[in-house]
Amino acid sequence: FELLFHSRDSVKMAAGQQWVLVEMVQAFYEAPAYHLILEGILILWIIRLLFSKTYKLQERSDLTEKEKEELIEEWQPEPLVPLVSKDHPSLNYDVVTGPPSHRIIVNGKECINFASFNFLGLLDSERVKLKALSSLKKYGVGTCGPRGFYGTFDVHLELEERLAKFMRTEEAIIYSYGFATIASAIPAYSKRGDIVFVDEAACFSIQKGLQASRSFVKYFKHNDMEDLERLLKEQEIEDQKNPRKARVIRRFIVVEGLYINTADICPLPELVKLKYKYKVRIFLEESMSFGVLGEHGRGVTEHFGVNIDDIDLISANMENALASIGGFCCGRSFVIDHQRLSGQGYCFSASLPPMLASAAIEALNIMEEDPGIFRVLQDKCKHMHKALQGTPGLKTVGEPLTPALHLQLENSTGSRTNDLKLLRAIVDYSLDRQIALTLARYLDKEERFLPPPSIRVVVTVEQTQEEMEKAAQCIREAAVKILK
Amino acid sequence: LQSPCSQHLRYQYFNDLYKMTNHHASCTLLYKKPFVESFEETPLLVAVLTYMGYGILTIFGYLRDFLRDWKFEKCHLAREREEQKDFVPLYQDFENFYTRNLYMRIRDNWNRPICSVPGAKMDLVERVTPDYNWTFEHTGNVLKDVINMGSYNYLGFAENTGTCADAASECTVKYGVGVSSTRQEIGNLDKHEELEKLVAGFLGVESSMAFGMGFATNSMNIPALTGKGCLILSDELNHASLVLGARLSGSTIRVFKHNNMQSLEKLLRDAIVHGQPRTHRPWKKILILVEGIYSMEGSIVRLPEVIALKKKYEAYLYLDEAHSIGALGPRGRGVVDYFGLDPSDVDIMMGTFTKSFGAAGGYIGGKKELIDYLRLHSHSAIHATSMSPPITQQIITSMKCIMGEDGTTLGQERLCQLSENTTYFRRRLHEMGFIIYGNNDSPVVPLMLYMPAKIGAFGREMLKRNIGTVVVGFPATPIIESRARFCVSAAHTREMLDKALNAISEVGDLLQLKYSRKNRHGSEGTDCFSFLESHQD
Repeated sequence: FELLFHSRDSVKMAAGQQWVLVEMVQAFYEAPAYHLILEGILILWIIRLLFSKTYKLQERSDLTEKEKEELIEEWQPEPLVPLVSKDHPSLNYDVVTGPPSHRIIVNGKECINFASFNFLGLLDSERVKLKALSSLKKYGVGTCGPRGFYGTFDVHLELEERLAKFMRTEEAIIYSYGFATIASAIPAYSKRGDIVFVDEAACFSIQKGLQASRSFVKYFKHNDMEDLERLLKEQEIEDQKNPRKARVIRRFIVVEGLYINTADICPLPELVKLKYKYKVRIFLEESMSFGVLGEHGRGVTEHFGVNIDDIDLISANMENALASIGGFCCGRSFVIDHQRLSGQGYCFSASLPPMLASAAIEALNIMEEDPGIFRVLQDKCKHMHKALQGTPGLKTVGEPLTPALHLQLENSTGSRTNDLKLLRAIVDYSLDRQIALTLARYLDKEERFLPPPSIRVVVTVEQTQEEMEKAAQCIREAAVKILK
Repeated sequence: LQSPCSQHLRYQYFNDLYKMTNHHASCTLLYKKPFVESFEETPLLVAVLTYMGYGILTIFGYLRDFLRDWKFEKCHLAREREEQKDFVPLYQDFENFYTRNLYMRIRDNWNRPICSVPGAKMDLVERVTPDYNWTFEHTGNVLKDVINMGSYNYLGFAENTGTCADAASECTVKYGVGVSSTRQEIGNLDKHEELEKLVAGFLGVESSMAFGMGFATNSMNIPALTGKGCLILSDELNHASLVLGARLSGSTIRVFKHNNMQSLEKLLRDAIVHGQPRTHRPWKKILILVEGIYSMEGSIVRLPEVIALKKKYEAYLYLDEAHSIGALGPRGRGVVDYFGLDPSDVDIMMGTFTKSFGAAGGYIGGKKELIDYLRLHSHSAIHATSMSPPITQQIITSMKCIMGEDGTTLGQERLCQLSENTTYFRRRLHEMGFIIYGNNDSPVVPLMLYMPAKIGAFGREMLKRNIGTVVVGFPATPIIESRARFCVSAAHTREMLDKALNAISEVGDLLQLKYSRKNRHGSEGTDCFSFLESHQD
């Protein structure tokens, strides 16, 4: 072979193409063995890949069309909703005829209202109604658009300014629904990968906001600062393992000023200390404490004397003390302005009807003119709390300053349904004697930490001493009769 | 356009110029009248120029950020507190790049405050900005009688005089404004029960339930209906509230192409045949989420075909009629009425009271079992405050007016007026040569602008001519498809519409917005694609 090539070489040196071919074959012969073996293996591998079956990501099983049709025929969905029995206790709501004011007509009986969150008695204030009426005559009822598209009225801007001034923050933003306020605010700041430390007793709207945000949620025991500190320390250790990641993960603590489920106050000064020690931001939900706590009704920050700039975001709804509809968030412009483009409940929803905004402004005027009512309310709360102590079979859950306390069964029967039946019987007994109470309602399957069943007793500024005594007396009688 | 022969010819001729929605021969039997929608394709030159425009803006954005960082330019942005400077930053810089550098330049087109009824004409508060839209100042003047082409006021019930306003006033005096309690506790007023009965009668369903906020109706009730192990098939262009509700429910979500029945059928078949991913267990339920009118496209859902598919594959249908209730249909009962279908075919009919009824809130209507279940398990019934009484009264009065139960023909007149206005407005815009998206019968009219600079220019030029319009860009729309969106109302008179149309035509010539290459009657094409005109008719 070699002799052949050499002779070929010498004869056809000038013909370029053949010379190249010859060169190649020569190189093939002169290459080291391992080189040839490696290339041989690679060529065999390529041939194998070319002839192997292709791998598809979605399994296209080899069902025939007939089999597919059969599967489609056979498939039966569940009914859209499970059957609800006709005598489910919560199916028939209590019907209120007329306004839900201090004297309320429930199911045809006139009662004194111990159930609506009308803390400052502004639901039947004539001034508020007149202001709402004049606003109706100017603007009509609806806004017909979201804030971005001609849904911003001058009353909205005025209300935002007034709220910011009242709470002594830089800016405030208004939502048209109380539930949607904190549920839109949390996902605007906290995204996937961020960490939120929440109290176990947080209300349902906070839970929905956390679910929408897709962040890591860590619950700490109710009002237990040591448990929170333990969680924060654990997080710090995690951070040290991966400092680059730790520099971009945001951390938040979400607490309520006055918890709606347990009726006690959060320890705000300790939280602020933890904030600066572990570098976490605080979001404070003040639906129950706005217009209730503090010397001027500014909420739990005034109650404890904490500087309001230390709290990153305060959110509250205007449906309790302000007796209107909607909610607001206030804080520094740096924080609040972001929600104007990323708060879902703000950008994608129609704005608050102007008459409701005017009503809120008037309610705010009343609060500012007469700061004495907060003192009066706090005294009444303490009085009611004392009057309900010692009710046989029922324990009072809540701090003395809280306007909405819970009455739970001291000894539970063991099943939640039976507990609810007993409590409902007490409520019915009270309704017959002209005291309007209500059961505290929860979503049994959806709540993270389901509170025990309880009766909600609400104290308002309009209730007199005699009325409160009468209510306490009535509850005591009911408890003795039904829970013996 | 009516005869099938000429339609077929046009189909063939314009196939390469624009895409029409598919229309299978078998499906024509389901539709009682022609279903005409068009989404003309973006002209290539315009697309290229738009991308270039965004590119230039991005480069300038980086330049300005650089100048701001190095203090050559004054920074108007709010800053973090000194004490919290070593905290993890609350916002990433790049998240707000678009807001800082593109949105801020044309920010004066949004959030314009008004100080009157948002009716056919409104009064705007005049704003000036001394520093290129970073801050605004109110001069104290009021721009009077601006024609309102932006508010969702389809039947003209946004008014402060008349029977609705009087009834709402009476209700305010009697009931007050707030409720301060939830439906299940002590916030269930007799007015709410009256409203729910009326809504059920209006829609033609067994029972209904009302909620305080339209957005929250979706986000709080979809989780109550589906859960893990269920499948949600949602349209590509569904509203944020539907997407949020679907996410919060925890079900698997699959998206089908906008209004495309083949895509939906394929997903249904695959879902039933293959079951849940990996385990292949059968799905518990399948829920299809569609809207009546899609507010950014102006398209109407293909309801007869969706119902046919739903019945064939035993899925459940959730119809969100936020924009279509009151605005479509000979009796104003929404998209079901428009197609002449049976309301009991739609499992869950949802809608809002904000648009056609001039109030606020939402409702869900359906069979009695469904509503009973929602009364017990809806998140809103247990944790959210019920509707305010004067708002409830406004809905009751306006609904009775539309139904004709108040003894006048005002409702019927308004419905006819809306339908006439819609047809006229769309026809005139089409003749002028603009690219209009959507169905011929939809009162929502998107007019394509495409280029970023034209968004700002259009809004400002229209305001100079005393017309208030809404312009939308990224991220509410795809990046090159920014548009101006008009909402026709029954309260608009022919003169107002003519004035608006003249202004739009003027601005369209000024900004060269007449992109359409379709055939139109009347004027010779003044746009750059007029050479195609010679091939028409």
